[in-house]
Amino acid sequence: MTDRIADIYGLRTPHAKGTVWPARVDQYLDPGTEERDVESWVQSACLLCSNGCGMDIAVKDGRMVGVRGRATDVVNHGRLGPKGLYGSTRWASAGDRLTRPLVREGGRLVETDWDTAMGRIVEKSRALLDEKGPLSHGFYTSGQLFLEEYYTLAVIGKAGLGTPHMDGNTRLCTATSAAAFKESFGADGQPGSYTDIEHCDAIFLYGHNMPETQTVLWMRILDRTRGDDPPRIVCVDPRRTLVALEAERTGGVHLAPRVGTNLALMNGLTRELFEHGWVDDDWVAARTLGVDELRSTVEEWTPEKVADVCGVDADDVRRAARIFGESEGVLSTVLQGFYQSHQATAASVAVHNLHLLRGMIGRPGAGILQMNGQPTAQNNRECGADGDLPGFRNWDNPTHVQQLADAWDVDVMTIPHWAPPTHAMQIFSYAEAGSIGLLWISATNPAVSMPESARIRRILDGDQCFVIVQDLFLTETAELADVVLPAAGWGEKTGCFTNVNRTVHLSEKAVEPPGEARSDLDIFLMYADAMGFTNSSGQPLIGWRTPEEAFDAWAAVTAGRPVDYTGLSYDKLRGLSGIPWPVNEEHPDGTDRLYADAVFPTDTDYCETYGHDLATGGTVTETEHRAMNPAGRAFLKGAAYTPAHEEPSENFPLLYTTGRTVYHFHTRTKTGRSGDLNRAAPDAWVELSAADAAARGIEEGDWVRVASPRGAIEVRARVGNVMAGAVFAPFHYGHWEPGADLGGGHDDANRRLANELTMTVWDPVSKQPTFKTAACQVTRLRAGDGPSPAPTTTASAPDTDRPPPAPQRRPRATQGGKPTTSTQPPATPYYLLDPSQPPERASTSSFAEGDR
Amino acid sequence: MPHLTTYIGLADHSEKTLADSFRAAAEGHAHVADVFHICQMFAEWSEDNREALAPIIQRYGEADDVDEPERLHAAGLAETRKGEVGLLRDLQDLHVLATLVQTTWTVIAQGAQGLRDRDLLEVAQHAGDQTSRQLTWLNTRMKQAAPQALIVAP
Repeated sequence: MTDRIADIYGLRTPHAKGTVWPARVDQYLDPGTEERDVESWVQSACLLCSNGCGMDIAVKDGRMVGVRGRATDVVNHGRLGPKGLYGSTRWASAGDRLTRPLVREGGRLVETDWDTAMGRIVEKSRALLDEKGPLSHGFYTSGQLFLEEYYTLAVIGKAGLGTPHMDGNTRLCTATSAAAFKESFGADGQPGSYTDIEHCDAIFLYGHNMPETQTVLWMRILDRTRGDDPPRIVCVDPRRTLVALEAERTGGVHLAPRVGTNLALMNGLTRELFEHGWVDDDWVAARTLGVDELRSTVEEWTPEKVADVCGVDADDVRRAARIFGESEGVLSTVLQGFYQSHQATAASVAVHNLHLLRGMIGRPGAGILQMNGQPTAQNNRECGADGDLPGFRNWDNPTHVQQLADAWDVDVMTIPHWAPPTHAMQIFSYAEAGSIGLLWISATNPAVSMPESARIRRILDGDQCFVIVQDLFLTETAELADVVLPAAGWGEKTGCFTNVNRTVHLSEKAVEPPGEARSDLDIFLMYADAMGFTNSSGQPLIGWRTPEEAFDAWAAVTAGRPVDYTGLSYDKLRGLSGIPWPVNEEHPDGTDRLYADAVFPTDTDYCETYGHDLATGGTVTETEHRAMNPAGRAFLKGAAYTPAHEEPSENFPLLYTTGRTVYHFHTRTKTGRSGDLNRAAPDAWVELSAADAAARGIEEGDWVRVASPRGAIEVRARVGNVMAGAVFAPFHYGHWEPGADLGGGHDDANRRLANELTMTVWDPVSKQPTFKTAACQVTRLRAGDGPSPAPTTTASAPDTDRPPPAPQRRPRATQGGKPTTSTQPPATPYYLLDPSQPPERASTSSFAEGDR
Repeated sequence: MPHLTTYIGLADHSEKTLADSFRAAAEGHAHVADVFHICQMFAEWSEDNREALAPIIQRYGEADDVDEPERLHAAGLAETRKGEVGLLRDLQDLHVLATLVQTTWTVIAQGAQGLRDRDLLEVAQHAGDQTSRQLTWLNTRMKQAAPQALIVAP
């Protein structure tokens, strides 16, 4: 029995390089439920981070009562993380679920029936279409819907209404990943695979606190760093995270660049490769474009100059570059420390450049994982609910747009393709001005998650825009809406989603949704029916009624594109779970890693974009692209470092950066309703370095005010492991609080929202907002009566290099999760496509479902 | 070379006008975050171009009193307009101005070729490239802004 709050990663199963990752099946059941009581186990995958762990849902008496990992799943080999174990099912039976639609009457939200609520939406929608046309409509979705829902909404938006104003909160979490792929390789698509972990010699984690964001992937790495012939870890992070500790342990390097200077560091690492001849010149000449320009872009970035700008040791830059330059196989992973920071796309593209210069792509152990924040973010990118065209099609290529017009049987002029799709921040600006008069928000909570919260609240609360919110609970955003629609959640509906490394899972309906709540798919279909959208033949535009039919329609439009689902079906996704796309006639079992042949989707007629100027976001034209004749070669693209948009000043001398804790997901809508998780991280805090705390007379647990030019929070201080000059605040905490039984009831709930301080500014290419560079000041308000509520098990641990604070302020070890079990199956299952297992075992596989 | 110096003067002046206009656009549309930041960056680019030209001006001198190209002097963006349509119009004005700058650098580069003046050629080509990037962004941003501004904006 393991407390997975205290022991986040569970028992190690170390193994040697090149061998298969052993299976371990993790399970949690609600107190009082025995395994024999479980009536059915329903196939699904975890929705509480982007890792995409295969999971079965335990059902008893029509309720979800627990979960267990799927031993045969290629992603997790049976393991689950604390969020998946403790947070997957409890929210579903929470007493405050939305069970009926709400409409605003006299300033208040009141319960109503579906006909009335949908009637109001349709009335407003029709009036706006008559008066202003489709550009008056905006849709803001999520990274947590299912593929079938995104695709259905994409068709409604693009072919029914014809609006370019569609985006998701994926803009906040994963837009840079997609943008960086498009710039380097011509189209979106994760090149690498999790199986690279088993074969690499070094792992570089760029702005990626994996131990907190993808715990199961981190277990996979720990099982290598604690086994024979381990890889070295290189960590790029301003905090001394568990990644940094592992870097120190494995003889790697921890680089802590000053917040906002990632690109300067990357330019320095790139220069080192050129300087030391760690470049595969023949491969680069044959398979890439742009090496000379890149060389001259990075030429000035000597290790000393990097040290000067980034505040790191010049020799550490040399050592990190040497590890990259001398390893046979490097796996690079990238996340919000790059995506949500200054010059996001350019810095993320620079990671690709390092791999391309060494020809390290497309073989086991030499991989790139540009991560996502959310479980279904990838599907938003694929299906086009984020504004892109479905199937990684190029909005600037008339042939691609025509393919969609043919598939949907609509006039090509209906489909918005005259300009880049409208990104989330621009959608909110249009809503602010009232030129978008109807904004439909599904499964996300921008009042907490978007930058400069005061502005977002004003936009949602104002009369200039009619706001529809579709969610599980009355979130901080839903409170401001004109119509609130109760949605069914995970386990209450069927659909598919795709994780970071292209692996597709089916998640089956396990239980009925509460009250009148309906699936997001059904809600979108209801709107389409009521609006009477038709195709050119006069038939209903949306020709499907079920998730499975929606999936098949989606798979059909992916034919011939990089994101090829044509070989997938619900039947195929049942059973041995987790199949990475492309899946088609050529690859009937899926594809473990892309670009094994070093042919990239850059051909002018095939690519998803002609590319951008990384410094400005100006678009490359088709003619310019054709003149370069990329013909399957990858682009090496560089950019000059520029200082961040807001530099520290006399009034705001510290750098403010936001982030995550392992125990919460997003705005705590689900994790805050699990007592085990919520009690582990019950309230917001801010982390300061010992030096910055001492200079302000701040002790562990003191109440402090953190202010930027835009707003302030008042929270308790953790004297921790963030670099001097920087301040870290978790972004999860809005004003919603769970009941006292779940560890709620804090009186600072209205003063702790980290995004009050962040700026309205975004990357020029990916349009991802910047959450990690703002200037701030911290002042002491009053003494606390105990330690800060920050967890001790993770990067938010207290600074252990100095004497502990007085006993009443001493942080107590984070623990107290209910018992979970972990069992190792007698034999490791066979994982299709896993390069650690010889393919001939496929026919002799004896490990069937239910064998455990 | 009276006309080359005229054009060098024109480049210097019009880059200054362009830099001032980018700054005016940044201030006038400060609530449009990308316009605010990119226009400030572009103002710096234009100033960098002038700085690169300074040693050349030392060498050739700068003439700004010649009648003919005087008519080419473009007025800057003294005042910005309001709203989404106003932004579109301001971006259009910046585009006209940047086009003048770009063709001026093209003309100077041709002169530098004739004179076999490598330094001047390098300055003119680099500055022309930077101006092209400014134009590309302006074009991209106008395309993005146009539908909403023309059809829906209040």
